Amino acid sequence: MGVEGIGASVVRKEDRRFITGKGRYVDDIKMLGMTYAHFVRSPHAHAKVKGIDSTEAMKMPGVIAVLTGQQIVDDKVGNLICGWAISSKDGSPMKMGAWPAMAPETVRFVGQAVAVVIAETKNLAKDAAEAVVVTYEELPAVPDIKAAIKPGAAQLHPEAPGNVVYDWHIGDEAAVKDAFSKAANVVTLELTNNRLVPNAMEPRAAIAHYEAAEEHYTLYTTSQNPHVARLVLSAFYNIAPENKLRVIAPDVGGGFGSKIYVYPEEMVALWASKKVDRPVKWTGDRSEAFLTDAHGRDHVSKAEMAFDKDNKILGLRVKTHANFGAYMSLFSSAVPTYLYATLLSGQYIIPAIYAEVMGVYTNTTPVDAYRGAGRPEASYLIERMMETAARQLKVDPAELRRRNFITQFPYQTPVIMAYDVGDFNASIDSAMKAIDYAGFPARKAKAKADGKLRGIGLSCYIEACGIAPSKAVGSLGAGVGLWESAEIRVNPVGTIEVLTGSHSHGQGHETTFCQIIAERLGVPISQVSIVHGDTDKVQFGMGTYGSRSLAVGGTAIVKAMEKVEAKAKKIAAHALEASESDIVIENGEFKVTGTDKSIALPMVALAAYTAHNLPDGMEPGLKETAFYDPTNFTFPAGAYICELEVDPGTGKTTFVNFVAADDFGRLINPMIVEGQVHGGLAQGIGQALLEGAVYDENAQLVTASFMDYTMPRADDLPSFKLSHTTTLCPGNPLGVKGCGEAGAIGASAAVINAITDAIGNNKLEMPATPDRVWHAIHG
Amino acid sequence: MSTVKLTVNGRAVSVDVEDRTLLVHLLRENLNLTGTHVGCDTSQCGACVVHVDGRAVKSCTMLAGQAAGSNVTTIEGLAKGDELHPMQAAFRDNHGLQCGYCTPGMIMSAVDIVHRHGGNLDEETVRHELEGNICRCTGYHNIVKSVLDAAGRMKVAQAAE
Repeated sequence: MGVEGIGASVVRKEDRRFITGKGRYVDDIKMLGMTYAHFVRSPHAHAKVKGIDSTEAMKMPGVIAVLTGQQIVDDKVGNLICGWAISSKDGSPMKMGAWPAMAPETVRFVGQAVAVVIAETKNLAKDAAEAVVVTYEELPAVPDIKAAIKPGAAQLHPEAPGNVVYDWHIGDEAAVKDAFSKAANVVTLELTNNRLVPNAMEPRAAIAHYEAAEEHYTLYTTSQNPHVARLVLSAFYNIAPENKLRVIAPDVGGGFGSKIYVYPEEMVALWASKKVDRPVKWTGDRSEAFLTDAHGRDHVSKAEMAFDKDNKILGLRVKTHANFGAYMSLFSSAVPTYLYATLLSGQYIIPAIYAEVMGVYTNTTPVDAYRGAGRPEASYLIERMMETAARQLKVDPAELRRRNFITQFPYQTPVIMAYDVGDFNASIDSAMKAIDYAGFPARKAKAKADGKLRGIGLSCYIEACGIAPSKAVGSLGAGVGLWESAEIRVNPVGTIEVLTGSHSHGQGHETTFCQIIAERLGVPISQVSIVHGDTDKVQFGMGTYGSRSLAVGGTAIVKAMEKVEAKAKKIAAHALEASESDIVIENGEFKVTGTDKSIALPMVALAAYTAHNLPDGMEPGLKETAFYDPTNFTFPAGAYICELEVDPGTGKTTFVNFVAADDFGRLINPMIVEGQVHGGLAQGIGQALLEGAVYDENAQLVTASFMDYTMPRADDLPSFKLSHTTTLCPGNPLGVKGCGEAGAIGASAAVINAITDAIGNNKLEMPATPDRVWHAIHG
Repeated sequence: MSTVKLTVNGRAVSVDVEDRTLLVHLLRENLNLTGTHVGCDTSQCGACVVHVDGRAVKSCTMLAGQAAGSNVTTIEGLAKGDELHPMQAAFRDNHGLQCGYCTPGMIMSAVDIVHRHGGNLDEETVRHELEGNICRCTGYHNIVKSVLDAAGRMKVAQAAE
């Protein structure tokens, strides 16, 4: 490893602009003649729109236009799509209601837009929006899963009788039945996976600019995947053909899944920009983020696990209800199915699994992928189940896990996934050592003497990342391929530009990707630039989510680099009058092996561009592209252990220690990897202790601000102790697995297992607030 | 409309704004100092923290008019030319930021914390003091590390002066 190569904790190249206030986020951008949009949103969860009167609003100063849902429908802007087709058990396709960008007739969640005001300033647009009079006829609202499936419940969409989108299943029902008939013990568990609001710190924003002379649109947007946005806006929403639409995602202030999707606001901004023939800017405020950013999780599950007399798992049966909210968001359908139920085997040999998932509509904000996306829900279920089982079977929870760990790889689970490699004993060993697991009983006894209830909880997670082999996901209903592309331009002076379809919104690609180049070509990272987030610059890209950027995007860079190297070797061999097969690359030099003859990369690059003396028939230039489609998912895994104390008088939880032992394969920049784990852990702990979106009986979001929705703050969290064990991923040349979501996937079960251990009551739902914990202790 | 005169990052400015204009909007919209961010609408997140007459203030809680005559420092005014403030350097060196959106507010709050507590900072104090700044990326682990590191650097720098 060089000082800047693979494995070096290089400080981030991108940081200087962020720490000096020079980041460039969408809302920082101004355009000549820019106008401002403000949406008129429904205060009702379910209502008919009987009329919109904009007469007074249009008379107000600075107002340019008031545009309504009916107009956007009349102009044939397409309805929002869901890009992953899931079929029910009976083979019928999922049942989806139409989702127009602004509601012309019916609103189905609080905050859904019915009209937009375009004005000269943001304040004038806000003022005028207050003056738009919308007449509603309220309808009964469905606030949650239970209400949605109740006989006689209000219906959201005529296309989806009973509010059911699909009733899907996976696995072998008969084999599971057989397994349970042979069981010595059966453990059951009912749990809720609480609804979360992603809350990236930068609210979503868009600037749309239509240039009539060129019939061309430019969209600046807070996106994790600008090419996907362009594709969807062009192919499905009829905004403009792709060559007439440039999408730019500049600095983006966090995403966590919520900025994957194309939202109504971007569509409306583009459409309105043409209508008013001026650039249109929309910047969401936090209240709009709470009401309109896709939420995450929201499952209710029942699970049963069968064990033999030796405490080996025989089978698992799961029934889950998933809440989709009022409309099917872009990738929502895949989350509680192929991203969830396919991970229900966890780290364990489970010979038979059968899972049923019913997805339902409610009058709430649409739900889609949020950091982990399905995998946290699977991990939480399995890991609470293992802890529950250990208590019921009266065995040590670590021992029960070890007894059932998968130890031979590759391992084909009964639910599609084929785990390529792992060492689950190594990660649990590492975590147990870090927390001094053996010393816990003594610490518990001491805490008891001090009047505190101390608990310890494990969570051994596995996730499927490196999303994803296109052929595989295509066969499962995905509407897109999930490859990645890269382009490497070696300039005539030897500096390098890497154009990637991945998008960084905090992950540090501008540093990590340079390290890959530095390792191979010996070029200092200061001479390498990463270009991303602009459809006019980067050839194509599927973007960043699902911990895929390094495993898929990084591999695309490696593949392009291999092509660059191959051509450069030919040029070097020609210049050095040596055989191409004798050329080796060392520290940026192309050397003739066994001699002292060499030529540096900049000279090779210069030769490629001057083209005065290239091998016969060779094209000038040194620039290559690659598209990389993975052959399998990657499988990051690890063991988390939480030790905490509960004050029985108040129900308040205090962390004593939180250790994480992760196996991400090879680490390119350990400092950045650890930062990703810290952030994931905070979101997992946030889910366990603090966060939860609450709707009242009228489907009003009660937790719609930072005053009401408890975001983890610095004094809610401990410092974390991290360690790494390593099995290299065999599926990609870097040996990497992905690290972005692990913390959010593994942490919540460790916390709840620790609290339920401390209080001696397994009936506890997230978020485990002091109030809930106190009631769990005292009844 | 009113004319507000104040000093921002050492420069005297005079700005005509609507009376309802918040200080953060004056900075961002009128002075193009877009390093100060808006992350919420309830004065909870701290992305907009600047220094007003040397004290950390959430610039979304203050009308521009209230800042008349004040000396305001934003994230853009913290470094001395190319030389980063020790807090900025500590955030970079300790990986105290990811997406960068909360970072300007974090850094401005953190500088104020160190000023108020001098050398008497420990992890618990830093975590308590950062309660008014929300970060969604880092889990605060490296932010706390950065602030403690910078506190040491600032002490050394002060001793050297």
